[in-house]
Amino acid sequence: MNKFWVSVIATSAIAFFLKFIGHSVPEKWLSHPIIKRTNLYIPIALLSALVAVQSFTHESRIILDHRAAGLGIALIALTLKAPFPVVVLSAALGSATLYNFF
Amino acid sequence: MSKVVSPTVRDSLSVSLTVGAYGIAFGAAGIASGFSVLQCCLLSLLTFTGASQFAVVGVIGAGGSAISAVATASLLGIRNGLYGVLMAPILHVRGFKRLIAAQVTIDESTGVSLSQEKLGLAAMRQGFWLTGFGVFLFWNIFTLAGALGAQALGNPAAWGLDAAVPAAFLGLLWPRLDTSSGRILSVCAAALAIATTPILPAGLPIIITAGLALGLGVMKKSI
Repeated sequence: MNKFWVSVIATSAIAFFLKFIGHSVPEKWLSHPIIKRTNLYIPIALLSALVAVQSFTHESRIILDHRAAGLGIALIALTLKAPFPVVVLSAALGSATLYNFF
Repeated sequence: MSKVVSPTVRDSLSVSLTVGAYGIAFGAAGIASGFSVLQCCLLSLLTFTGASQFAVVGVIGAGGSAISAVATASLLGIRNGLYGVLMAPILHVRGFKRLIAAQVTIDESTGVSLSQEKLGLAAMRQGFWLTGFGVFLFWNIFTLAGALGAQALGNPAAWGLDAAVPAAFLGLLWPRLDTSSGRILSVCAAALAIATTPILPAGLPIIITAGLALGLGVMKKSI
């Protein structure tokens, strides 16, 4: 089994397990303030890291290319309160233009 | 038939459709990262929690191992467990219904349900189920559409798909950056991930930033 299938199956199994235990354990086990705060911060840290790695690295190198331009456009669109599809499409369009013509 | 659509139904359906449409971005991201159309669809059907799904294809797409991908996705999935804790006393379901409730316990179903608090328990339940099922339906349809579309396009970079993926992550991240500590954490996590990319195996630079989140969670007394 290759890493694509392993990750699809394992992620799905763990994701369901995590959802199900929430419905099944006593509330006080998971309502500690540190758990609640960390829970707010984990998505911020991981999503920021994913954005950075996918925009500014390729394999194990740090590089600046068309994707960084796309990210810059997405950032501008978000600052202007653009809806999600506009953010994604404008980033793709900007990046593709740079990739194809320069 | 009533001509007046209740605010709960209206909220649930509008959230379902808008959020479900993001499934296009996920399907496209999956294909761009080397997943098959079937694998993209299975992730949406079985994993069914957007940020974790994007993380799996993101880490694998960056050359990471299955372990890194699953670990990152699972850290992002912890919050669904906490939503379950909030929803269980509201839904009060057992057996098979609890399994179904667990599967549709995500940001949106929990969010819509909790926002109906003023309308009472029945509205909160209705909001949860309608939004959960609604997002499930649209998210899966749009994932298939996005995956098939991206497969037909070919080279991801030529169509900007390689930039669309981080842009989609940024869109998921943006509403969470409403506190200064969140914004500082975001910048630090991004910097740490980039700086460690040349020295750590692919995938690890992303996972280690969870340590920053944990550190901040332990240190900070109030949000």
